[in-house]
Order: sequence, then C-alpha cells, then structure tokens
Amino acid sequence: MKQWLNPRSTLGITLIVVALVALPFVAAMGGQAWVRILNFAILYVFLALGLNIVVGFAGLLDLGYIAFYAVGAYVYALLASPHFGLHWPFWVILPIGAMVACFFGVLLGSPTLKLRGDYLAIVTLGFGEIIRIFLNNLNAPINVTNGAQGITMIDPVAIGGLKFSGTTQIFGFSLSGPQKYYYLLVALAILVIIINLRLQNSRIGRAWQAIREDEIAAKAVGINTRNIKLLAFAMGASFGGIAGGIFSAMQGFVSPESFSLTESIMILAMVVLGGMGHIPGVILGAVLLSILPEALRYGVGPIQMALFGKMLVDPESVRMLIFGLALVLVMRFKPAGLWPSPERKRELQGDA
Amino acid sequence: MKRRRKAPFPHIAVDLRLMDIFLQQIINGLVQGSIYALVALGYTMVYGIMGLINFAHGEVVMIGTLVTITVAGTMIKAGMPVVLAGFAGISVAVLVCIALGWGLERIAYRPLRNAPRLTPLITAIGMSIVLQNMAMIIWGRNYMTFPPLFPKIQYEFAGANFTAVQVIIVLVSALTMGGLLLLVYRTKLGMAMRATAQNPAVASLMGVNINRVIAAAFVIGSALGAVAGVMVGSYYEIAHYQMGFMLGLKAFTAAVLGGIGNLGGAMAGGILLGLIEALGAGYIGDLTGGFLGSHYQDIFAFIVLIGVLMFKPSGLFGEKTGDRA
Amino acid sequence: MADALLEARDVAKHFGGVKALRDVSLTIRRGEIYGLIGPNGAGKTTFFNCMTGLYVPDGGGFIFDGAPLLADAPHQAAERGIARTFQNIRLFANMTALENVMVGRHVRTKAGVLGAMLQNTATKAEEAAIQQRAVDLLHYVRIEDRADDLAKNLSYGDQRRLEIARALATEPKLLCLDEPAAGMNGTETAELRELIDGIRRDGTTILLIEHDVKLVMGLCDRVAVLDYGALVIEDVPAVVQKDQRVIEAYLGA
Repeated sequence: MKQWLNPRSTLGITLIVVALVALPFVAAMGGQAWVRILNFAILYVFLALGLNIVVGFAGLLDLGYIAFYAVGAYVYALLASPHFGLHWPFWVILPIGAMVACFFGVLLGSPTLKLRGDYLAIVTLGFGEIIRIFLNNLNAPINVTNGAQGITMIDPVAIGGLKFSGTTQIFGFSLSGPQKYYYLLVALAILVIIINLRLQNSRIGRAWQAIREDEIAAKAVGINTRNIKLLAFAMGASFGGIAGGIFSAMQGFVSPESFSLTESIMILAMVVLGGMGHIPGVILGAVLLSILPEALRYGVGPIQMALFGKMLVDPESVRMLIFGLALVLVMRFKPAGLWPSPERKRELQGDA
Repeated sequence: MKRRRKAPFPHIAVDLRLMDIFLQQIINGLVQGSIYALVALGYTMVYGIMGLINFAHGEVVMIGTLVTITVAGTMIKAGMPVVLAGFAGISVAVLVCIALGWGLERIAYRPLRNAPRLTPLITAIGMSIVLQNMAMIIWGRNYMTFPPLFPKIQYEFAGANFTAVQVIIVLVSALTMGGLLLLVYRTKLGMAMRATAQNPAVASLMGVNINRVIAAAFVIGSALGAVAGVMVGSYYEIAHYQMGFMLGLKAFTAAVLGGIGNLGGAMAGGILLGLIEALGAGYIGDLTGGFLGSHYQDIFAFIVLIGVLMFKPSGLFGEKTGDRA
Repeated sequence: MADALLEARDVAKHFGGVKALRDVSLTIRRGEIYGLIGPNGAGKTTFFNCMTGLYVPDGGGFIFDGAPLLADAPHQAAERGIARTFQNIRLFANMTALENVMVGRHVRTKAGVLGAMLQNTATKAEEAAIQQRAVDLLHYVRIEDRADDLAKNLSYGDQRRLEIARALATEPKLLCLDEPAAGMNGTETAELRELIDGIRRDGTTILLIEHDVKLVMGLCDRVAVLDYGALVIEDVPAVVQKDQRVIEAYLGA
C-alpha cells in the first residue's frame, strides 16, 4: 500500500519535491490566476481526501460534504473579519472551525448513520441544503451571516510577522500571496495524505473496511458499527472544516453561493472518478476535476474563435457539457475510477 | 432555482387570516404536491427496479417543459388554436422525454449494471450536467414564458382562491397516477416490473426480459416527467434550464419520504411534501415569532425527511428491509 | 448452576404471526460442546440471532457468564465473549485472510484514530501484536499459506476455517458455529470435527448448530432439539437419539 510513497529511487522523490517547489513559479508565468487555480486544486485534494475517509474508507455516501466546508469557512469569516470586529489568529480559529464542523458531523451522523446507503445520501444532501439556506438567510432579525452578500475583508493567514497577502521578499525570491498560500496548502495536503495512509492501515481503517464489506459480520466480531461510522463522519467533517477555514482566509470573502450542492457533488465526483478509497487515485481525481473546467474555460472560447471566427455557443455551457461528458465516459470505461486500488480492481473483475 | 409562491391575496380579512391561509395553503400544497408526486414516481420506479438514483430525471422534466414552450409557443404565435398547440406541445414533450429516458438507460446506465454501486450515480450526475448545459445551449440562459395553454379562470371558496390551472394539475396528476397503478397491477408488463423489483435474478429465470422491464421503467417515468413538466410550466408560467434540479431533488425527497421503490409511497410522499412546504411557508413566521421567514420554505422538505427517517428508517410506507443473518 | 456459561430463559420470538421461538430455555455448561439440532425452520438460527444480538427477543432473555446479555447489541455480545460464524459464510470478501482475522482482534484492542495518526510506540506494538495473533490463528486453523489471498478466493472449506479463525480472534468464551459442516464432503467434515474438538480442548465452550446429525451425536456432550420453535429435549446424545419425539420430529409425524 505504501510503496507509492516510498519510491523505488530517491530520484523519484527528489523530482517530486523539486516539481512541487517549482510549480507555483512555473504557473506564475501564465499569471497569478494560474497559481490560484493550482491552489484550488490542492484545496480540493485536501477536501477530496477528507471525503475519502467517509465514502472511500467507511463506504458512507455523503452528498452534503460541502456543508462542513461551509461551516469551517464561516467560523473563520466570523472570527477574523470586521463583521463582528473580531480578528483572532488563524491557528486558533482553524481548530475551532474543525471542532464546530465535527460537532455538526456528529449532530447529523448520530441519528442518521443507521440508515441504509442511499437514504443516508439524500439525508446528507438535505443537510447540506439546510446549512446553505440558513447561511443565506441568517441576516435577519440578527445579522449573523450577512445573508447572500456574504462576509468580506476576511483576514489573511498570518504566521508570526509573515502575512500571506501581498508580495514578500524571501532569500532574494519574490513570493506573491497565492504563492505563499500554495506552500501552506501543499504542507497541509501532505499532512492529510499521511493521515489518510496511516488511518487506512490501522485498526480503525480495517474496521471501516469491514463495515463496508459486510456490516452484520462486522457487528458479530464486536465492532460498534455506529460509533465507528460516526468516527469516519466526524473525521471527514473536521477536514472539511479546516479546508473551509483556509478557503475563507485565502479568498478574503465568503458567501453561501460557494457552498451549493454542485460543490458537494463535484467533490464526490473527484473521489469516485479518481478511484474511491485509493489515495493516489483520489488525488488524481481532485487535480483533474479542479483543473479541467478551468483549462476548458481558457480553451473553449479561443478555439471557437479560431475555428469559426466568432462565438457560436456560450463557452461556459460548453465547458460544463464537456465536463459532464467526461464524467459519463470515465465511468463507462473505467467504472472503478481512473486509478483504482488493486483490490477494487479485483473486486470489480470478480463481479463482472 | 428560486420559484416564487403565489402571493397571498390582499383582500383577506385580518381576524380570519390564519384560517384563510390554512385553506389557501392546503390548496397550494395539493397542487405542488401533485407535481412532486408525478416526478417522484419516475425516481421510485427506476430505484425500485434497479436501485439507481437517476439524478438526471429532474432534467428530463425540465426538457419536457422547455420542449412544450418551443412547440406550443411557436404554434400559438403562428396563430393556431391554443387547444391544438397545447395538444401538440404536450405530445411532442412526452415523445422527446420518452426518447431521452430510453436513451439515457440504453447508453449511459445499461453498460454499468455490474459496476460498483457509486459508478452509475456519478454517471447520472454527469448526465444531469450534460442535459442541463445542452438545454442552456439550445434554449439560452434566460427565463422563458410558458404559453397559457389553459384558461385563466379564478375560483373562490371559503376565502381561498384557486385557478383552473390548479384544478387541472390535480386532476391530470390523479388520472395519470391511476393509469400507472392500473398498468403496474393489471398488466403483464406491470407484473414483470413488480417481479423484477422483488428479485431480478429470479424474475429473469422466470422468463422476464430484465432489459425490457428496466427500459419500460425509464420510458414510463420519463413520460410522467414530461406531463409533470407541462404542469410545472403552466403553474409557474416561467421556465429555465436550471429548474429541474431543485424540483428533482424535492421529488426524490418525496419518494424517500414515502418509502422508495413503493409507488403509493411516492404519490403520498409527494402530496405530503407539497402540503408540508405550503403550510410551513404559511406559518413559519407565526411559529417562530417572526424569527424565520417564508424563505426558509425549502428546508422543510429536508427537516421532515430527516425526522421521518429517524423514526421510520425505510420511509413512511417502505417495506422493512431487515438485516438477515 | 455453578458451571453454567449461558442460560436461555423463556426466549420467545415471533415474526408477524409465525412463532419462531416458543419460550425456549436451555443451559450451556462451561467447557462442553453443546449441539442444537432440529428440522429446517425449527428456529435454530433464530435462537442464534437472538443470542448474538441480531434479533431482539420478544420475551425472555439470556444470562451469560453471570450477567444478562443486552438485546439488540451484537457488538456487545462479542465483547462479552460470544463469537459466531454464519450459516452462509460472511467473510469480508475483499480483504485478505490475514486482514479478516485482524479485524477479529478489533474488540480486544484499543488503538484509536489519534494513535493511528501519530503512530506512537503503543500503537505500533499493538498493531504488531494483532498481526502476530492473526498469523497464529491462521496457523491454528491450518490455512496459514493462504494468508495473503482475498477471502473470496479461498476454497469453501478454507472459508469456513477462516470464519472460525476470525471468531476465535475475539477470544470468545462461547463459540457458536452455525452449520459449519454444511456443504462439506466426508474428509472435510472429519477435519472440521478434529478442529472443533481441538478448540474445546483449548478451553472454549462450543455451541454447534448442525444438520449433520451424525456429526452432532458423535461430537457433542449434550444436545438440544428444537421443533416448531419449541425445545423438545435437552440431554446427552445417547438419550436424545432414542427419544420418540425426536424421531417423530425428524421423520415428520
């Protein structure tokens, strides 16, 4: 399982490190917008790996994952913006965001985790909508969330004297705001990858897999299935909360619009399309699905202009159309995902 | 999409307000509920037979609405009689949706029969995105006006108002659902469908053509969806390429509420959801002392759903699928 | 009785109008192999499921190792020391044989999420112990050479053995086997018999539900017969075999 992290040669790992370090500079050649796209890709890797614990490891279909992300984002926004006049440091808020998200996870999970898979899916989906609707409307009679306008001027991350907004000179290099966030995000992503790997090969990880395989048998060997499932749910929620906090700080602005059901579905699609339960696959899925729509955004318009000399159809819809088709086609030809774990692949071949 | 509920009527006497709102909201809820029920049937049939949440069903409904607008709207503009235009619009919409449902199953879902459980779900989500954006390319991103196919007559009963369109929606839904029940419980195809829902492997051994049964579920569900699409269009008088999403979501919720896979459950769940939403929207302000307003209407569906499933994990009318050791 | 490990007291269970269990009372003593037999549909598996917490009995209850068993809490039954196998084998099909047994250690180990994330010494030591114990158990049921194969790729007989190894991993006081010889040929049954005998010798009490009357009579210290959900007789095999009611039940009077 771990062999991909322990590459056969030191060369491989060196190359990866060099590539990870150099990437924001390469991207910056195409403009800071590309660095931001890169940052979002890594944020999605983080989110997808969080959801992977719930869906991939424990086999619980969660269609409302974005709700926890939203909770984390708003906790950060409320505690570090002029909205309430609070400006707490990010390393205090991030754990709070994780804990609040975790609390919501347990709140939702404890009554609903006994439901069978598809029912759980719709309940989590409904929960996601409830959170979004509240965020949208909790501006009256007491203005908590500032409604649809969202919260602006959120403090950026600051570690010691280093502010993550604006450009800084370090060792003769000039680092832009997005580039600094990039390194923070990579560090967090590596952390979540390690946590995922360790969980997978642990007592708890095996219990999750056992529940996924046969819940009754899992109960019979003494696994408290409800608690173990709840654990997966709470962990996934906490990761969502952390990701939300970073999103808030990075954007400087949050509004309910960022937390629609489409986002939940997108993250689920990353997990499934990449290869559910298989960490490298999930990373691949997250990177592909976050970059692809952006790449299409830059591609579809100009290509039309070049081919027909004018815009025939709205590039936005063509972009999403291609995205939808890509989902369908990948599922058709790689039903276990683009990069499934060896076991999943065997599982599928066994069934067919 | 934000759908606007018909505004309360200004002439309602103040002291009778609560009671009048009650009747009014019951009527509104019944109408909305009939539409939910029609759409929910599409979800529940497919789920009952093959265990798939056909996420794209809401888009089928949306396309039904938009096709009707194009066909009937063009014919009315060309000066043809409204009755003829309406009939043509509905027929074409039903045919297009049937083709769409059949095609979806044949092209997207059938190759995935033996795939892992989540694979067809992602495919369904993908198809939903594809259909939505195709609709946007064809019909544009603006709201479209639904042609007035039914006479604009307003009735009053005990202080509550309702329109001919509302009556028609309830009647058509009732008739369609009755027809469906006859089909499922009185015909050979219906028997094959019920058998497949019980146990596909055994049904297939008994000579049931599973492919045909599944295709039939999609075709019938889509036809009902097209009818629902026409009803939604007539009711709200506007349509939009994104309208299918929330409608589909609510309808699916209704199906789960009633016990998914159960036809009667989907119907009851749909009506119930419509009523809960309407009454909830009408009274939430009073119940919470003005703290929560009617824009919280959309959360009722989900709160009720979570509540019901906590106590009846298989839905209100669902069969108990107990653990078997 | 001082030597009683499990006492069932007036256990009743019905499904709709069907009375699957009618006030069944029986006692399993420490260290014995106890057979539960009866025609198809007599209520043997229902009894099992009530005892292991999968079903909630409609009446009566169980006293295990001196304290009542909670209904509706299968994982607690395992914690208290009741392990079981299933009539239609329920392994974690896409996990390896070794992993299946390692899952069985769950209830006797305690590493949590934090331990897994930090990989501290205690967690690592526990993980190593889990693995070692699992290897030993595979050895014990003689399928150690299949350790890295997926459970679903094991032969039928090996799957039965793996399920027993997984149950033993929970360190049960009472091991309940639900028709372990079903579908086995003569040689396999003989080997199974040897295995069950060995487990008992190593100190685990065994409850055996079986169709194979010969196996039960040869192996068990005492036997209970269920028919139509009611206990017909509970005695040593020699007595049970000659009982008129048992003969009638089996021949269908």
